[in-house]
Amino acid sequence: MKEFGGACVLLDRSDINTDEIIPAKYLTENSKLALKPYILEDLKLNSFDPQTSLEGAKVIVTRQNFGCGSSREHAVWVLEVNNINVVIAESFARIFRQNTFNCGMLAIELPKEDIEAIFAIEAEEIKIDLKGQKITALGHGEHSASFELNPFDRELVMAGGWLAYADQKY
Amino acid sequence: MGKTITEKIFAAHLRDTPGAGNVILDIDVVMCHEITTPIAINDLRERGMDRVFNPDRIKAVIDHVTPAKDSKTALQGKIIREWAHRHKIKDFFDIGANGVCHAIFPEKGLIRPGNTVIMGDSHTCTHGAFGAFSAGIGTTDLEVGILKGVCAFRTPETIKIILNGTLPEGVFAKDIILSIIKKLTVKGATDKIMEFSGPVVDKMSMAARMTMCNMAIEAGATCGVCLPDMVTADYLWPFIKDDYASREEAAADFKKWHSDPDADYAGELTFEVSSLTPQVTYGYKPDEVKDIAEMSDTAVDQVYIGSCTNGRIEDLRVAASILKGRKIAAGVRGIVSPATPKTYSMALEEGLIEIFMRAGFCVTNPTCGACLGMSNGVLAEGEVCASTTNRNFNGRMGKGGMVHLMSPLSAAAAAVKGVISDPREFSTTAA
Repeated sequence: MKEFGGACVLLDRSDINTDEIIPAKYLTENSKLALKPYILEDLKLNSFDPQTSLEGAKVIVTRQNFGCGSSREHAVWVLEVNNINVVIAESFARIFRQNTFNCGMLAIELPKEDIEAIFAIEAEEIKIDLKGQKITALGHGEHSASFELNPFDRELVMAGGWLAYADQKY
Repeated sequence: MGKTITEKIFAAHLRDTPGAGNVILDIDVVMCHEITTPIAINDLRERGMDRVFNPDRIKAVIDHVTPAKDSKTALQGKIIREWAHRHKIKDFFDIGANGVCHAIFPEKGLIRPGNTVIMGDSHTCTHGAFGAFSAGIGTTDLEVGILKGVCAFRTPETIKIILNGTLPEGVFAKDIILSIIKKLTVKGATDKIMEFSGPVVDKMSMAARMTMCNMAIEAGATCGVCLPDMVTADYLWPFIKDDYASREEAAADFKKWHSDPDADYAGELTFEVSSLTPQVTYGYKPDEVKDIAEMSDTAVDQVYIGSCTNGRIEDLRVAASILKGRKIAAGVRGIVSPATPKTYSMALEEGLIEIFMRAGFCVTNPTCGACLGMSNGVLAEGEVCASTTNRNFNGRMGKGGMVHLMSPLSAAAAAVKGVISDPREFSTTAA
């Protein structure tokens, strides 16, 4: 199982799409690692700079419908190869969410109020208690919230992804 | 309680129920293209699992960048080509016989009512037009699909979308789906199926149904679906004529998939299309949609007619109805990509290619090309494209470019005028 939690980056926008996470021109790469420099390259967001803002980040916190658009799992891999194994959002696009769990990573949905609170304290770190299904955000103050993983998604995370799970069961 | 078409398809393909709300389905058709499959193939090889569950149920095509534009895309083609040969995948469409996946697979009769279909491509929802459950998935799902013929989904909820009225002249399935996405927003159908029904859908061609289902993902939907009927039977007839005594018998058999009258829906939306006008996107999200009249006089640098949304022969005919005897505006680059070789040759026989060329269009081979900014019409920073494709994300057709989504008729009008304009200003013979 992967490790979850650590320094976080806040992306204050809904509907961040797969083309912003990893533009299609990089889909010609045949290895996950080759995607590493291009993370969130086309995201236009206030002071966000993909070259510097993601330094040390292990968690992304964002608003609604993260990962909408293309089915490209490259959008998950580019996070993975940059050591970001967790995205926390109000909601996700279906394919992105499934791809995340399929890779044994975490797509955590929290209610709007909790997301607001994490932004309000300008969180710099997120601690994740997978067993207790609880996150604690640390910034100017602290905010804790419970989350609920779909039991099947949880099994995928524990198994290290869908391929390992499916190979055992089907 | 009755069942929706999707619930019936799920019940008929149920392999496992790993926890509440989740199902594992047996998959009838696993479709592959050269962008998302090679990494799956490499990964399976590295794991010592280079197998396929059933070569007859795997379909493959090289379509996104074809002919290869550089060494990397050439390698992607090589990997999927060698894999298809190695595993004796007979439905593999390579250069000379290749076309846009969501146009060529239906054209070859590979998707049937009641099928479950997956592909590493978000616009796989297109094939719901045949009364199938067809979903875009990522590469890991694709690997498991290739290896085991199964895929995991959540129990489906369906939004019923009823289309009433009569579609006015100059207004098409593309305009309908844009107006639906505007209403639902880009996340309004997440985790849901969009089931299209009503008299407007009953009268639609398979091409129009595919255009609508194609963009279901733009509202977040898992799949779009239409109930299979006589139109479906007519389209599929060359491929099913040995299975049924007549088209009528086929259509009657398809009814077993139809949603029951007492099926449970997560929501119901009714649209009156009689007053609908041509629609266009104005921003970087497919739900940012306006009446085209509100965007008129927006200058365009490029017009692109093609893609899995609107690159079929019906779309080319519609565009040609305006372009016939006219020239595209000075300074505008027109590009048309017939979606499949069959579409291309039909367009040749019908004289459409000549109309496009005389108008000043560049005619490319069948490919996804410009739609996702990979080849054949990438925009420069600050350029604007009137496009018949499905996605207007920032940078989609090239970094810094702006894409306005519209129908083929509206795109042809933009090409002639050099600015976005209401296509109904042209006198045409469009159906």
